[in-house]
Amino acid sequence: MSLLRRNWLWLLALGVLLAFPFLFYDWAKGRHSGFALTLMSEIGVMAIFALSFNMLMGQAGLLSFGHAVLFGLGAYCAAHVVNLVKAGTIWLPTELVPLAGGLGGLFFGFVLGWLATKQRGTAFAMITLGLGELVSAAALMFMGFFGGEGGITIDRVMDTSLLGVRYTSPWQVYCLVLAWAFIAAALMRLQTQTPLGRMANAARDNFERAQFVGYDPRRVRWMQFTLAGFFAGIGGGLYVLIYEIVTFDTVSAAKSANALLAVYIGGAGGFFGPILGTIVVVLLQSGVSLLSNAWLLYVGVLFIVMVMYAPVGLAGLIGLHAPIWRAGRLRDLVLPYLRALPPALMILLGFVLLVELTSFTTIGAAQGKHFAIAGRTIDTTSPLPWGIAVAALGAGALWLRREARAFRLRWDALMEDAKKQAGAS
Amino acid sequence: MEVFVVSLLNGLVYGMLLFMLASGLTLILSMMGVLNFAHASAYMLGAYFAYTISLYVGFWPALIVAPVLCGLVGAAIEMWGLRRVHRHGHIAELLFTFGIALVIEKAVQMTWGLLPVPYRVPELLDFPLFRIYGTQFPAYRAFMLLISALMFGAIWLGLTRTRVGLVIQAALTHPDMASALGHNVPRIFTLVFAAGTALAGLAGVIGGNYQVTEPAMAFTMGPIVFVVVVFGGLGSLTGCFIASILMGLIQTFAVVFDVSLADLLAKFGVTVTASTPFAEILTVTLPRIGALLPFLMMVLILVFRPRGLMGTRDT
Repeated sequence: MSLLRRNWLWLLALGVLLAFPFLFYDWAKGRHSGFALTLMSEIGVMAIFALSFNMLMGQAGLLSFGHAVLFGLGAYCAAHVVNLVKAGTIWLPTELVPLAGGLGGLFFGFVLGWLATKQRGTAFAMITLGLGELVSAAALMFMGFFGGEGGITIDRVMDTSLLGVRYTSPWQVYCLVLAWAFIAAALMRLQTQTPLGRMANAARDNFERAQFVGYDPRRVRWMQFTLAGFFAGIGGGLYVLIYEIVTFDTVSAAKSANALLAVYIGGAGGFFGPILGTIVVVLLQSGVSLLSNAWLLYVGVLFIVMVMYAPVGLAGLIGLHAPIWRAGRLRDLVLPYLRALPPALMILLGFVLLVELTSFTTIGAAQGKHFAIAGRTIDTTSPLPWGIAVAALGAGALWLRREARAFRLRWDALMEDAKKQAGAS
Repeated sequence: MEVFVVSLLNGLVYGMLLFMLASGLTLILSMMGVLNFAHASAYMLGAYFAYTISLYVGFWPALIVAPVLCGLVGAAIEMWGLRRVHRHGHIAELLFTFGIALVIEKAVQMTWGLLPVPYRVPELLDFPLFRIYGTQFPAYRAFMLLISALMFGAIWLGLTRTRVGLVIQAALTHPDMASALGHNVPRIFTLVFAAGTALAGLAGVIGGNYQVTEPAMAFTMGPIVFVVVVFGGLGSLTGCFIASILMGLIQTFAVVFDVSLADLLAKFGVTVTASTPFAEILTVTLPRIGALLPFLMMVLILVFRPRGLMGTRDT
């Protein structure tokens, strides 16, 4: 019973995630929306990937620029295993294919980790950058394992399922992804409680003291790296099952950068930050890229804003509200937030307009597209829309500055109150 | 012999181009501890600025104006961005420049389009300077060598013989002491960052028409420049110079020698066939892995000698 009480949040999340696709269910045709399911499966896979990235960055303070290598190599291993199962060489249930990916990631994490974890800090980041470049170049060079530019294709429908499911529909795959995402997230959560997880924190914060306690920080880093490889590999195995193909861009620097963006935007400090960040990044990637050529620009600007103003990330920002929430004063913040909303929206509008105007004058024009808002084509060469954009941006910025000052006063006063209250009780 | 001399010259040109980029990054990295991911973006911006300027007033004004513009961009990034991020630590600074690099790449795509722009060598220098063994050596490459050699000399003299250079060196090792003596250390940082960015911009101006001016040029050049800086060692301009030339030569010569490990084994009487274990790795020829060699070298040097060739401290 206490187990249930302690983990109600996980169960609630599982229930919500299982129910969520039914919002997009096409009742007339009696089937799920393929787009929504693929999107959510992608979020699941990328969340595992981002969490495993955070095992290095958040927990151990190791910034990796080549984490996708472990993800991608895990995916390649899983793809080869599936093809071997298909050929009848070995037997493995479909449900355990991600585990094969995980073991692949574990192996490569062990081997590459031996090199990378010899250093820490910037040197570690540079080694992983180099390894990332090496592997992604090798992926195009060696046909046998990587399949060249075409990659390795698989057919996920196997007759070896433990549950008797054939995984022909996206819904079945989604359930599998969800199950593995929860298993992996729970294991990673547990790992933070283990001595290894704690020592990773210690080696991050003060590696000399960690040495004095009697641990070899290098071995801690290596083990942490290997384990992160295992979980990234699980993500890779699931990726193969969803898309039935794995190509060289799973090991590319862009994939590694995605994890970095997700973790930093979500917040590397807490455990759930990366999940939040993944949702934001994948939604921006899939949603905005349908509408705009410039999705990466938006993600990049969001990233810069987070690094400059909120290095704790979205999850950290939410966490900052905890003392006020405990004091029961959260509703006093509603009005200041509402007042800051219009200028923030103005800045957003001005910025998006400016970006889109620029994008449509060059890339859009080259692709023969026209910029239209609510059905009306906007002439990107006339000065009017540009003027509106710049004016909205400038006025919004000035207005937000004023509101931010008022907000800060209110925030500080509330924090003071909350502290007093906590001291009194 | 013919191939050797031509490759040597081309390797030198490429190496000097790398050095123009890497010297600025070395200064920034050793002084401020910031691994500037946006450095190669400044190289790209330099090339694009020069292209646009040369459309209106020609190449020669662009040679001056474009680096200055890049330097201004760099100063703005340092003053309004990096300085704020500085208190969150080195990782935050690195991530900040990473974000800047992403944004600059997209901004360039949106301003100049996705395709390469026709940024060409100026007509004045568009002639073969001399011939060696029947191969022409373009005058523009000699011009590139000249510019980069001048720049190397200027940096060297500036850092060791001028007052500003001495203050920079002091701020490099003892920022608190330099500031206590009345020097404005944040301003020195801005100056160094702007100068480094301007140098990268200059490299872009003369490298953009030697290579291709396209939105991906920053992301292809960026990692190589890191390799050079790490390989040469922190805080050492000489190491950076040697590493640049070495990388330039390695990359150029790797394209020329069409050999593989299998050929080497054949000399010892071992023949590699398709059924030999690791046959694929053994039969890969040198030109195919030429682009990989710098990264291999970077990983190895970081693992076994983290201070690089002539560095004064570990990376």
